Amino acid sequence: MRRRTFLAAAAAATCLPSLGRSQTRRVVTDAMGRRVELPERVERIYVAGPPASILVFAVAPDKLIGWSSAWREAERPFIAKKYADLPALGRLTGRGNTANVEVVLRAKPDVIIDYGTVSPTIASLAERVQQQTGIPYLLLDGDFDKMADAATRIGTIAGVERHAQEWARYIRETLAFVSQRVATVPPERRPRVYYGRGPLGLTTGRAGSINVESIEQLGAINVAAVMGRGGLVQVSVEQVLLWNPDVVITIDPNFYAMARVHPLWRALPAVEAGRIYLAPNVPFGWIDFPPSINRLIGLRWLARVLYPQVFPEDLRPVVREFYTRCYHQAPTEAQLDELLRHTP
Amino acid sequence: MAIVAFSVGRFPISVGDFLSVLWAGVTGGQHGLDPTVETVIYQIRGPRVAAALLIGAALAGAGAAYQNMFRNPLVSPDILGVSAGAAMGAVLGIFLSLNVIAIQSLAFAFGLVAVGLVYVTANAVRGHDPLLVLVLAGVVIGSLLGACVALMKYLADPYNQLPAITFWLLGSLASSAPQDVWSTLPLIFVGLVPLWLLRWRVNLLSLDDEEARALGVETGKVRITVIVAATLMTAAAVSISGIIGWIGLVIPHFARMLVGPDFSRLLPTSILLGAAFLLGVDTLARTVARIEIPLGVLTAFVGTPLFLWQLATARRGWQ
Repeated sequence: MRRRTFLAAAAAATCLPSLGRSQTRRVVTDAMGRRVELPERVERIYVAGPPASILVFAVAPDKLIGWSSAWREAERPFIAKKYADLPALGRLTGRGNTANVEVVLRAKPDVIIDYGTVSPTIASLAERVQQQTGIPYLLLDGDFDKMADAATRIGTIAGVERHAQEWARYIRETLAFVSQRVATVPPERRPRVYYGRGPLGLTTGRAGSINVESIEQLGAINVAAVMGRGGLVQVSVEQVLLWNPDVVITIDPNFYAMARVHPLWRALPAVEAGRIYLAPNVPFGWIDFPPSINRLIGLRWLARVLYPQVFPEDLRPVVREFYTRCYHQAPTEAQLDELLRHTP
Repeated sequence: MAIVAFSVGRFPISVGDFLSVLWAGVTGGQHGLDPTVETVIYQIRGPRVAAALLIGAALAGAGAAYQNMFRNPLVSPDILGVSAGAAMGAVLGIFLSLNVIAIQSLAFAFGLVAVGLVYVTANAVRGHDPLLVLVLAGVVIGSLLGACVALMKYLADPYNQLPAITFWLLGSLASSAPQDVWSTLPLIFVGLVPLWLLRWRVNLLSLDDEEARALGVETGKVRITVIVAATLMTAAAVSISGIIGWIGLVIPHFARMLVGPDFSRLLPTSILLGAAFLLGVDTLARTVARIEIPLGVLTAFVGTPLFLWQLATARRGWQ
């Protein structure tokens, strides 16, 4: 790095043609307070994991050089074809590396971006990759409150500030709209919610987990919050029965189908009363999985599911707008029908 | 073999490019190639090749020493719980979201502590065959640590931590950085030197205690030296690579088929074979697919047929 800077300085001083790809560099501070030097113009962004891929794709689609994982058949039709055809390059986060560092280098990215929960493990891995490859590696915080900020940052990094500001405004408006309406709901009408993940529906998020942030954002009560703060945990059916939630939310179709007929789950009054809801999950999950800006449309959906009187609007145009904005292709009527099939 | 390993990978670099970068590095001149080529060679592939050689050598050497000492061909370097301890340390580090260096240090420290614990336990028990007690203590404490790892896996966050734990337990050299090589090289060297110096006495360890004593060897002292040396090497190796099974168990057998059971020839042969084998397997791990293949998986896939073939065609007795 120092050598390249030196060469660049020497080249500039003697008015030789440029040697490096970029001479002027700028410094950006990331979510862990790391100061990272970036080239002035960023054309190629490598995303470290699925959450980052959605954020970068939404805000700066033409700078994305590849996805973290291959598409499943049901997901692909929602993404504009020229972007869906980008290669799957593997993931490079602290959560199980599948990418080969040489593949990353070969793709010649100007910057690597990771988006989501940040921790010292992830920061030190980022630091290592940055040292090894000489490619700047930025971490962005994935919380709802930081979402608009993350969009703005992508704009600054990729040089698409105007488009990013539009995104930031859209994010702020959506969050404000939802929280203003929710504020009118008295505390005793706030539902107690269980969020079940996995084929058995027995994985859930504790308080403060990015996976259940939508529930907390809507002022509803996450029943698993009594287990303390943290990430995802495994629980038992008995535990769920004991919590006796008013509403069950899931993103897993297998669990949804199973729970509605299984005697053990039907013992839960919420399930018996039909208050179990399957969040749409194509091309990306609406509640989490991965937890990225796709949760924004999930927030509108969850608001309608939890407070049907307060949010009486038809979701169809909202979904159409979000999908067009985020995935750069308007969904067809059939796709909208499919997405909203289980929505009350 | 190392030159070939340097020249293959997902980033295209020819043998000629590699040599000219190396030449430029030696002479301080310019190689006129894309600077990325230099980054790949010095920062990514170089440390990885070096780590593969080092770790293969360490595991195979430690395995050979243990098999001789325990007079048992089924013994591998993890028999005294070093891998289980290292796994426990690393998993704890991942569980607590520590940084990479802390995770590696914890793995190393827990590996040493586990073996220390086994040794102290075994020493406290008198009146039995000391080797048998040592192995039993190793197995029991190893399984206790295994249970701790399983518990932490169960409690870990399945989105952020569990994949990291699983990957660590499968072993990989994908994130080898230069500092990893510099931190393990002296440790492995410190472990190898006593093994080499004691090579004649290690041979005698395979005799009965009585016989060895009659030949003037203090088995107790030699034994603890071998244990400390082999543990140091194995702990240093697995703390940066994660668990890589198989090599420490099977490579010494390969070596024995080639040169017979004499430890003074077995040790260097095992080290060379181990280094070459892990380098070969790791080269496959990073080239056959666009994504990384875990080493623990590949060593068994590649090694098992090789070993069976060798077993079927071997002429020399190795027992």
